[in-house]
Amino acid sequence: MVPTSYYLVLSAILFTIGVAAFLIKRNIITVFMSIELMLNAVNLSFVAFAHQWHQVNGQIFVFFVMVVAAAEAAVGLAIIIAIFRTRNTLNVDEIDLMKL
Amino acid sequence: MTGSLNLWLIPLVPFAGFLVNGLIGRKLPKAFATAVALIATLIPFLHVVKIWFQFPSLTVPYVESLGTWIWTGNFHADFALQLDQLTMIMLLVVTGVGFLIHIYSVGYMAHEEGYWRFFAYLNLFMFFMLTLVLSENFLLMFVGWEGVGLASYLLIGFYFLRDSAVNAGKKAFVVNRIGDFGFLLAMFLLVAHFGTLSFSEVFAQVSQHPEWQGGFLTAIALFLVLGATGKSAQIPLYTWLPDAMEGPTPVSALIHAATMVTAGVYMVARTHIIFDRSPLALSTVAIIGAATAFFAATVGMVQTDIKRVLAYSTVSQLGYMFLACGVAAYSSAIFHLITHAFFKGLLFLAAGSVIHALGGEQDMRVMGGLRKKIPITFWTMTAAVFAISGIPPFAGFFSKDEILYQAFISGGLGRILWFVGLVTAGLTSFYMFRLWYLTFTGESRANEIEEHGAAVHARSDSKLVVEAEHAHGVHESPWVMLLPLILLAILATTGGFLGVPSAMGGHDEIGHFLEPLLGSGAHAAGGESSGLALSLAAVSVLVALTGLFAAHILYKAKPELPHKLATQLRALYALLLNKYWVDQIYGALIVTPLLLVSRYLLKGLIDRGVIDGAGFAAGATAQGFGAIVQRVQSGNIRSYAGWLALGAAVLLIVSYFGFTAHF
Repeated sequence: MVPTSYYLVLSAILFTIGVAAFLIKRNIITVFMSIELMLNAVNLSFVAFAHQWHQVNGQIFVFFVMVVAAAEAAVGLAIIIAIFRTRNTLNVDEIDLMKL
Repeated sequence: MTGSLNLWLIPLVPFAGFLVNGLIGRKLPKAFATAVALIATLIPFLHVVKIWFQFPSLTVPYVESLGTWIWTGNFHADFALQLDQLTMIMLLVVTGVGFLIHIYSVGYMAHEEGYWRFFAYLNLFMFFMLTLVLSENFLLMFVGWEGVGLASYLLIGFYFLRDSAVNAGKKAFVVNRIGDFGFLLAMFLLVAHFGTLSFSEVFAQVSQHPEWQGGFLTAIALFLVLGATGKSAQIPLYTWLPDAMEGPTPVSALIHAATMVTAGVYMVARTHIIFDRSPLALSTVAIIGAATAFFAATVGMVQTDIKRVLAYSTVSQLGYMFLACGVAAYSSAIFHLITHAFFKGLLFLAAGSVIHALGGEQDMRVMGGLRKKIPITFWTMTAAVFAISGIPPFAGFFSKDEILYQAFISGGLGRILWFVGLVTAGLTSFYMFRLWYLTFTGESRANEIEEHGAAVHARSDSKLVVEAEHAHGVHESPWVMLLPLILLAILATTGGFLGVPSAMGGHDEIGHFLEPLLGSGAHAAGGESSGLALSLAAVSVLVALTGLFAAHILYKAKPELPHKLATQLRALYALLLNKYWVDQIYGALIVTPLLLVSRYLLKGLIDRGVIDGAGFAAGATAQGFGAIVQRVQSGNIRSYAGWLALGAAVLLIVSYFGFTAHF
């Protein structure tokens, strides 16, 4: 029996990698992938707690997160394609249209 | 008496006329606008006449409340109208003379631009004037008081393309505002001491406390006097009235002679219960009146513009009314107000007819010999001149003589006032006959214009071009103008018989009619001998005839004499011709310092420096702060994400160490 804390530590590591990648990477697709990584790190801790307390709520939450992540991926990729078509770049530092 | 009198109809019908003509008059055919204006004045007149016939069976004062206006705490003021003897007389004068002048205006203004606008303003004036005389409290009276000032302003500035007319309108408005300030202060004092502004409640409280003498009542009365001097063109606030002659002549007749300027006299008579308790205020009124009467009459003697002579004459006659109020002879003041409305309205309308005949010429030096050319104007004007000069049996004789008599028997100061009034009567007679001789007798001096045209016109105040009329030739006015002249001439001739004093075998109907309200004059009850009254009357007739005689010599028998006199008494002549330089003195002492203070201190320092400066400083601060903060919003997603992560980290640390702090 693996203790719950192991799962939580793994989840924290994965989340931190996600945050770091989000801040560091310039390619917008990589940034997008790091968001997925953070979401799945959270999913992992949900499942771990659900297993520990023998409650199904955590599992259900994970399904919700997956659905939202799928929708987000669809919309986000569409936006990325649109941006690439108009601006010919995927570098987030160059996509600063909302600047004053 | 059952049923309502529907007093509200009297002011509101002219207001409806104002709305119709004012809003859509421009698009209406001329005849329709005329009909609206005349009907809107005729209906109130007929209504007033109807009430006049019901009047003996009424219990006065009859009060009609149209609802609450202001109700706050213990104070409340209603839209309340009241009818009593004084209001009745004022209503008859205002609607009657007002209607006649409306008819006259149809002819006089026939060819003017903005015909509809003129009648809209006239109806607006009638609305406010009727509100003023009908109101049952000081506050509603003040609405009318301000409103007639507004209408006066609009009508003086009727020819708004002419700079002098616009300035005259502004002057009238500003000078009146000073008086209105006095009225306002009086109202504040009334509220503070009585807690109400209703006439009946204030007067009842005063009557219940015979021990109240002078003190705050004097203060209230003096502030009311300040208001009255503004509206009724008395010293020190009379300067606007002569300038107000820039307005069309019917306006001068209606507003600046017959009705509005008498509002101050009406107000003093209306509030006489307060004045009766304050000998100081009464003496002030009497002295102001006598001084103004004399002062304006002297200026009137040398003016050359026909309307300005009449304007100074109006100021002078209003002075008589104030004099009468000041010796507590209120019914005499009202009597003179009535006869003055007749003869001065007539004088202005006749002068308007003369001006009309000459195509806009107002300078008496180029008139003359008009008697044969405009006979009806001549005869009606003659009646008015005799009336104002106090020649029996014309109207002015009885009313003016009554005032002088009342002043004389009030004793003490009254004797001096009587003497001033008597001298003024002589001057009045002189300048009126001067006007009469210059305008109507002798030969026309119009041909002299060609020779001295430039010189005369450089000096003259008249604004309209003379050339225009010579094309038409001198012509009598149309009947629509002559009819009001004739009716007013009849009134000016016979109006005096309303108040023949008992000493001359009359019944003094006006006095008895007003007696329940105004008392019978403070001194009439003394049983003075009729011999005194008759001899005083004889003296004043003699003085009036002297004035006539002097005018005859100077302007008929020896026409070269006035010029000689003017050169010999150059200083005096210049003093009078320049109206004692009062306008210049006011300009130097009040207007210029006020302008300087406004321009440099208020505008330059306070407005530009402090008020604008504060605004600019606040703006600059916000801008500077914004310039710093806007760097944060770079549009760079990764920097936003960095801030987000940093915030989250701070929250984590705080919450972690926050928890440990408790353990």
